[in-house]
Amino acid sequence: MSAPAGPDRGRIDRRSTVNRLSAENVTLAYDQRVIAEQLSVEIPDHSFTVIVGPNACGKSTLLRALSRMLKPSRGRVLLDGQAIQSLPAKQVARTLGLLPQSSIAPDGITVADLVGRGRYPHQGLLRQWSAEDERVVRESMRQTGVAELAERYVDELSGGQRQRVWIAMALAQQTPLLLLDEPTTYLDIQHQIDVLDLCAELHEEQGRTLVAVLHDLNHAARYATHLVALKAGRVVAQGTPGEVVTAELVEEVFHLRCQVIDDPETGTPLVVPAARRARARVPATEAL
Amino acid sequence: MTTEVKADQGPGRRGPRALRTPGGLSVRLDPRALVVVVLLLLAALGAGVALIGTGDYPIPPGDVLRTLLGNGDPGQEFIVNELRLPRVLVGLLVGASLGLGGALFQAVSRNPLGSPDVLGLGQGATAGALVVIVLFSGDADAVTVGALVGGLVTGAAIYLLAWKRGVHGYRLVLVGIGVSAMATAVNGYLMTKADFVDAARALVWMTGTLDGRDWKQVWPLLVLFCVLVPLVLANARGLRMMEMGDDVSHALGVRVERVRMLLMVCAVLLTAAATAAAGPVSFVALTAPQLARRLTRSPGPNLVPSLCMGAALLLVADWASQRLFGDGQLPVGVVTGVLGGVYLLWLLVTERRAGRI
Repeated sequence: MSAPAGPDRGRIDRRSTVNRLSAENVTLAYDQRVIAEQLSVEIPDHSFTVIVGPNACGKSTLLRALSRMLKPSRGRVLLDGQAIQSLPAKQVARTLGLLPQSSIAPDGITVADLVGRGRYPHQGLLRQWSAEDERVVRESMRQTGVAELAERYVDELSGGQRQRVWIAMALAQQTPLLLLDEPTTYLDIQHQIDVLDLCAELHEEQGRTLVAVLHDLNHAARYATHLVALKAGRVVAQGTPGEVVTAELVEEVFHLRCQVIDDPETGTPLVVPAARRARARVPATEAL
Repeated sequence: MTTEVKADQGPGRRGPRALRTPGGLSVRLDPRALVVVVLLLLAALGAGVALIGTGDYPIPPGDVLRTLLGNGDPGQEFIVNELRLPRVLVGLLVGASLGLGGALFQAVSRNPLGSPDVLGLGQGATAGALVVIVLFSGDADAVTVGALVGGLVTGAAIYLLAWKRGVHGYRLVLVGIGVSAMATAVNGYLMTKADFVDAARALVWMTGTLDGRDWKQVWPLLVLFCVLVPLVLANARGLRMMEMGDDVSHALGVRVERVRMLLMVCAVLLTAAATAAAGPVSFVALTAPQLARRLTRSPGPNLVPSLCMGAALLLVADWASQRLFGDGQLPVGVVTGVLGGVYLLWLLVTERRAGRI
């Protein structure tokens, strides 16, 4: 899948003057454990980019680097042409929002109060709660359908409602770029689709650039406008779901034999894993 | 600037409201927290006045107030201003520092158990004081310095040992418990080495008392307090965000590690200074933030209510110990220990009944 180095480099350079967020030859590591080396990724503006890949391929790590939670040990992440680590923290927080995997709702906090905390980067010591803050919070709750829950305590809500509240908080941050780390984990299928529909809506109607890490390849293929497939810290393929999700690629990245058919609902690629027997025969015949 | 201050309801009926000026400035206030703070301050002042009136030479509250405002007779003036007021002020500052320090520790570790009592700061300060008392037979000033150094060294040791790509709640508590155990062992050893007089002195110091505090102890505490409290409050909004986890607060633009480091240093200084001034008064740092939180019913570190709660708690306890057992009979630390311990147990029981723990 990898293109020849020369022309590919040229394309990335030309793009990076346009796109707001990109990683440039980053090496990502926790202490001594290197997750990815020389990794370059462009997030196309106004796209719904989904990062997919097997467990431990570095997709969440990449997202952490893009949101400046993890400082690359080499290379840099660029936001609007500048190294993200060198920008003031609040300025970044007004441009780029993140919905992390782990977040703690403080005891006894109401939905409205939690969503209101998303306004932090727009506030200051003497500008703690403007009329604009209030309007944005109300609007964010309306968009995510939690307006009628405003007075409820977050601990009383169901998992699906809670995830909507956290998304509302990220929305209240009013960032053109929004990163989501596995936003559908721990939700049942109905709420998974619910959250993804909401993401698609934010992308289509408000023109926000979304970057999400998703586990489910079929969800990714259905909702993404741009897919990035990672394996062992390398980008194996990127492009539209139609270009990326092929039987060969799924086998290469996930070691899974499958058919890729057209989704009867949307026409996007749909991965159908091969039956257990069909898969079991493969190594046996190869061994002969 | 404040021609027209509009009180506006927040997005919800519960919780904070915003005060806005036409100039675009706005402050957020929680009416309930405000009421709690005012009531706690009144309680602290009331206990302070009662405390000044209590002793071998009782003075009625009216006279105490008149004397404090500068209209008393010379005899009462000496007793009030020179003998009893400094003691009350030390109590006020110690309680406030412990309350605020405890709230900071609990917020940073996101754990009520992450308070200085459990983390061994008190034990560390005691070790410093005991070294001075037992090994050097130092005077009161030297003991104060020893306790301060002991507290600061312990705080630094806990922070360094708990550091691993940032300090996190459980690790902080576990390391603190370990450090506390070591300091307790050192203290036990020092007590066995002490002679009778030193041991008695050490024991009184170790329970925490406000007896015989004068202006010499007030000034350094007051200066430290006036420097640290504004510094802490300026970073309180970041700390509120940190309740939601490092990732969320980072995403919101809080410089998490910097705020945490700064607030931990402030908390250690506050606690160590309070301990140096009054001995390890137990349970105030643990209970004040928890009590304040129940009263305000608001999420967040509740820094100012905790501070006021600490001050009120300590003065009421000191007044109770003098009233019930006579002047200098029962150190205030015993009363805070009993009151705080009972209240904490009651809290745990009611919380369990309500199914919250």
